[in-house]
Amino acid sequence: MNFFFIPIAIISGVSALLAAALIFAERVISNYGEVIVNINDSEKEFTVRGGASLLETLTDQKIFIPSACGGRGTCGYCKVKVKDGAGPLLPTEEPYMNAEERAAGIRLSCQVKLRNNLKIEIPAELLSIRQYVCTCETIVDYTYDIKQFRLMIPEGQEMKYTPGQYVQVLAPQYEKSTEEVYRAYSISSDPADKKAIELIVRRVPDGICTTYLFDYLKEGQSLNINGPYGHFYLRETNVPIIFIAGGSGIAPIKCILHHMRNRRNPRKAIFFFGVRTTRDLFLVEEMKRFESGLPDFKFIPVLSQPEPTVNWRGTTGWVTTAAEEYLKNQTDAGTYEGYLCGSPGMIESSIKVLTGFGIPDDKIYYDKFS
Amino acid sequence: MNIGSQMLHALIILFAAIFTDNILLARFLGMCSFLSVSRQVKTAVGLGLAVVMVMTFTIALDWLAYRYILQPYAIEYFRFILFIIIIAAFVQFIEMVIERYSPILHQNLGIFLPLITVNCAILGASLFMVIRQYNLIEAISFGFGSGAGWMMAIVAMAGIRERLNNAKIPRGLQGPGITLIIAGIMALAFIGFTGVLSGR
Repeated sequence: MNFFFIPIAIISGVSALLAAALIFAERVISNYGEVIVNINDSEKEFTVRGGASLLETLTDQKIFIPSACGGRGTCGYCKVKVKDGAGPLLPTEEPYMNAEERAAGIRLSCQVKLRNNLKIEIPAELLSIRQYVCTCETIVDYTYDIKQFRLMIPEGQEMKYTPGQYVQVLAPQYEKSTEEVYRAYSISSDPADKKAIELIVRRVPDGICTTYLFDYLKEGQSLNINGPYGHFYLRETNVPIIFIAGGSGIAPIKCILHHMRNRRNPRKAIFFFGVRTTRDLFLVEEMKRFESGLPDFKFIPVLSQPEPTVNWRGTTGWVTTAAEEYLKNQTDAGTYEGYLCGSPGMIESSIKVLTGFGIPDDKIYYDKFS
Repeated sequence: MNIGSQMLHALIILFAAIFTDNILLARFLGMCSFLSVSRQVKTAVGLGLAVVMVMTFTIALDWLAYRYILQPYAIEYFRFILFIIIIAAFVQFIEMVIERYSPILHQNLGIFLPLITVNCAILGASLFMVIRQYNLIEAISFGFGSGAGWMMAIVAMAGIRERLNNAKIPRGLQGPGITLIIAGIMALAFIGFTGVLSGR
């Protein structure tokens, strides 16, 4: 018996002793007291116990800084601007910083430890990223492979987004998938509607998230989302706009149009919407209402392969070709701002067309669906 | 053995550990941090110093634990577990102390400590010490020598890699490929020390 127990007792005893010593040491040595973290010149401020990394602390405060490696300093995503209180740049951070970032005080938040009061700056868009447990209120069929999902934001919460931005939807584990996946979908609803957001989703054959949304999610069930994200939104200028979208790429543009109508935005705008056949066409009535509700807006649906049996009187061909034809007749084609949303192929060729008319790259905004 | 010859013996062990029996280039222990943290001389020096310190202290602690805990109860076969626990606890403790009391030291050395808790060279040195039946003085000089040898190897590698930045390396060999080849050539060079000293 002794042969068995004495070694175990000794090893466990030594381990316990070392653990106790470490816990004691941590209490005494690593006690940094309370520190105040001040974000964006006092826009937000909180007091926490010091000692942890800035990334951990921010996550605890529900401020989500992108990070892929889990705080080990290997991905270099969790960059945050620290204005005061972080000490010098660490060798573990140096490889991820260029000269500009060094000068600006950018740090890897997973490597910065909270030892004293900290002043940091976080882009407002990250500050407003939240998680929401939404309830799926209604699911509407638009076409055979496109549905609209209306998600109620939980009572007491509000999602502050810029029209055109997207959210990430969490598809939980289910029969066809053993892991949780996040997929991004643009918000398509009227931003004046604070209670809910709507997403327009096209079914991807064997897609983990779209299969979940199409076949498993039922009205009344809950769905986890986070956001908003993205830089696809209407710039505040007064030059004419050309929107080009394909299929479910109409979503963020619909949201922007709602916003323009709410604000009575008088800008000249034209929207080329490309789909394959009349079966793929949707939201036409809604777009007609935008045409009458907005001072200067035209909606042009373009079918690439209209069914021979259907009498289609509208535009036929590639949506980019239609846009090109239109811009040819505009004397001010080069002054347009382009807003594109759709498949990578459509976006590539649209960019080619727009830049061909002298529209600069930085006046072309897009969301690529891939 | 009188004190003089004892000291000489410890000195021989020290130099043998650095050159002829370099723990990295002759035993290939501690390769992963050797390959991944050898991009800049500055960081290599920091990591190397951390290894020297941790190895010297943990080998002494491990020696004491082996002599006064494991041997009396005849449970030497537990040395793997016990050594690892001691190394981990020691590294944690040292990191806390350095972080609290010396921000400058922490900045240059302390941040590497978590990286080397699982460095197999550290455990390897302690295990060699048992196999070779060193006494405490010999063990400490072996630990220090092994650490210094490891540091020398990684600093040399970092120096070579810094110069490689300006070299034309075939695409397929860039990164880990060329690094492993260089490590092999360095190991070959170190074979030249064979037979000069023996610390055993």
